Amino acid sequence: MTRTNDNKRYILKILAAAAVALGTGALTGGPAQAAKLTPEKEELKFGFIKLTDMAPLAIAYEKGYFEDEGLFVTLEPQANWKVLLDRVIDGQLDGAHMLAGQPLGATIGFGTQAHVITPFSMDLNGNGITVSNEVWAKMKKHIPHKDGKPVHPIKADYLKPVVAEYKAAGKPFKMGMVFPVSTHNYELRYWLAAGGIHPGYYSKTDISGQIKADALLSVTPPPQMPATMEAGTIFGYCVGEPWNQQAVFKGIGVPVVTDYEIWKDNPEKVFGITKAFSEKYPNTTLALTKALIRAAMWLDANGDANRKEAVKILAKSEYVGADYEVIANSMTGTFEYEKGDKRPLPDFNVFFRYFATYPYLSDAVWYLTQMRRWGQIPEGKPDTWYHAIAKKVYRPDIYLKAAKMLVDEGKAAKADFPWDTDGYRAPQTEFIDGVAFDGRKPNEYLEKFPIGLKQNQVVVGAEVQG
Amino acid sequence: MTAITATRVNNVLTLIGLTWFTPVIRMIAGENPRHELVQLWRLLGIPVIAFTVFLGLWSQLAQQVETSLGKIPGPVAVYEEAVSLWEDHKIQREKQDAFYERQEKRNAAKLAEDPNTEVKWRTYTGKPSYVDQIVTSLKTVFMGFLIATLFAVPIGILCGLSPVFNSAMNPLIQIFKPVSPLAWLPIVTMVVSAVYVTDDPVFEKSFLNSAITVTLCSLWPTLINTSVGVASIDRDLVNVGRVLQLNWTTKVMKMVLPSALPLIFTGLRLSLGVGWMVLIAAEMLAQNPGLGKFVWDEFQNGSSHSLGKIMVAVFTIGIIGFLLDRVMQTLQGLLTFSDKR
Repeated sequence: MTRTNDNKRYILKILAAAAVALGTGALTGGPAQAAKLTPEKEELKFGFIKLTDMAPLAIAYEKGYFEDEGLFVTLEPQANWKVLLDRVIDGQLDGAHMLAGQPLGATIGFGTQAHVITPFSMDLNGNGITVSNEVWAKMKKHIPHKDGKPVHPIKADYLKPVVAEYKAAGKPFKMGMVFPVSTHNYELRYWLAAGGIHPGYYSKTDISGQIKADALLSVTPPPQMPATMEAGTIFGYCVGEPWNQQAVFKGIGVPVVTDYEIWKDNPEKVFGITKAFSEKYPNTTLALTKALIRAAMWLDANGDANRKEAVKILAKSEYVGADYEVIANSMTGTFEYEKGDKRPLPDFNVFFRYFATYPYLSDAVWYLTQMRRWGQIPEGKPDTWYHAIAKKVYRPDIYLKAAKMLVDEGKAAKADFPWDTDGYRAPQTEFIDGVAFDGRKPNEYLEKFPIGLKQNQVVVGAEVQG
Repeated sequence: MTAITATRVNNVLTLIGLTWFTPVIRMIAGENPRHELVQLWRLLGIPVIAFTVFLGLWSQLAQQVETSLGKIPGPVAVYEEAVSLWEDHKIQREKQDAFYERQEKRNAAKLAEDPNTEVKWRTYTGKPSYVDQIVTSLKTVFMGFLIATLFAVPIGILCGLSPVFNSAMNPLIQIFKPVSPLAWLPIVTMVVSAVYVTDDPVFEKSFLNSAITVTLCSLWPTLINTSVGVASIDRDLVNVGRVLQLNWTTKVMKMVLPSALPLIFTGLRLSLGVGWMVLIAAEMLAQNPGLGKFVWDEFQNGSSHSLGKIMVAVFTIGIIGFLLDRVMQTLQGLLTFSDKR
């Protein structure tokens, strides 16, 4: 018995050594002819929500990048973010287009608890905040104009009197966002709070997120946003494309600000898989990351030359399915605010440039700080905790391994990837309120906000304590 | 044509529900043409005119309603969407063929490289076409209906035979009968994902979720009708059974079942109808790739074609539901001898 065990251990050691050698070989140059990956699982089903930023998935499928990696992928639209996440966790889906906050939220146990990771960040920017025609008419009076057009970016300061007016009339000011841990929730909150409108806290016992709120935020699935606003249930919303442009086209609302203006080049969706999946099928994980990187490259290639074709693909009913013109509006470098007020916004949808697909740990830390700021993380945590969670969920190691393979195969250029970063971006300053963010110091960052929880503050009942 | 053959043909046609043929056959057989023409007018003429009026009203009224997705599509627009769905089906089939061709080439290359490699065949990974979605829906509803029947008929027979058992079951039946599929679905989803854990599943979870939800909702008409049918069996028959001292199995198989069959079938017909109706709702939420999901996805698409496509689905659902009912009615006619239908 002992002998066989010893033998086993010995063999394992050799295997481990070989694996390390191969691993380092792959990372430090190694042989020019990269070994071909054999995915352990080849038939995969990925979920997505009907938003333009699912594009890397559609492109990887339509352009055959998945098949090039030996993957046979079925793409399936999902009813809402909750269904999508639950189906990834219980294995009905192998992976999915996710909100950046979803893998983090799931891993720290806000909502459904499960260890979800992301080896690939899908895009930058791409969201907007739209208000109904009625609110816009009231807001517009306060906005400074130049040459007959409103001066951008429009801050929530101009919305504040409107909210006060509704409040005085006894009408709650309701707005829609797509999911409690969605980027949209945090962006909308950031914009409102920067303009002095309190978006409300979450607490351990009350997860409606409306404690002390001036504006009441609630969940509506992205495709239903325009219809819900038209029905008068909400007065505005924050959502991804094409649902802001849809409001302009249907004449039911006006987009006032994009997330590009709230935080320049903010990370948006990620591709999420369970940790168990990545451990059980490491080659499949690498293969799908490779395919997605190639799709992202295609989307941004030659100064966005492929975008028109991409829009045509996305307009198919099995993907986003909205009309071509609506999708094209934001995907091809312009954005229409008020009807007729079309402005160039070349970086509204970024899929690859600026290292958009690299899963930065500092991005994860930013989302965690916002979860803490609004009480989704009910108690204060030390900086080390933020870094540890970010590392657990965001996996640049897998990303760089896949990127390295693509470079070796001659399918990508070496300069396209940030090989030397430690995963933290340099401190970022381009926020709408000018507050600088340094991913290394999350607690210091939280101190800077006039509205939001700090240090060891806890929400108890309807009060902030500590 | 002799009168006898005419009657025979007529019986077959009546059985499959084509009653409006009857006057035509009678006329051919040489019966009073005037009387038969009136019959034909009533059976065929009036429905056709009513439908035409409906189409006219629809196309007029549809123009008046402006939604955020454009005008409500009229009959012509809906017909065009139906055609485009069919075209799309053909395109999907072409894509599928191309996929298999690529796969064949890739496998051939693999074999040429190393004859010992194991090549695998994979089914097409693209989106299901409209026709595929109809097939999925039919499969799901029959699966659910089958499970429902397997439970409902035996329990119904027991209820009918034993008043004690009946009063035991009655509260349960009364409470669960009116529950909406949308209330069952979350529970079914959680139970299925907890219990049905395999590495190589035969059925998709979404398929099972929808099918079981259909079962839970379509169980009741069959159950109740079976128990009523069994309970209302002719007392004389029961007494004869007593005299002959039939054992339990013979009694059920030879007496109870045959005499309860017409009502059992009425129950089955109702069940299938209910099942088909709740299936669409179940598919929307369970993400089973059938007609329900088609409607939901189109609603989410919010394109200028979406409403038209949803209308096509509405008609498809209606027509299939109608055909299913006809099939059940025909089966009932073939298998029972009673005039109670």
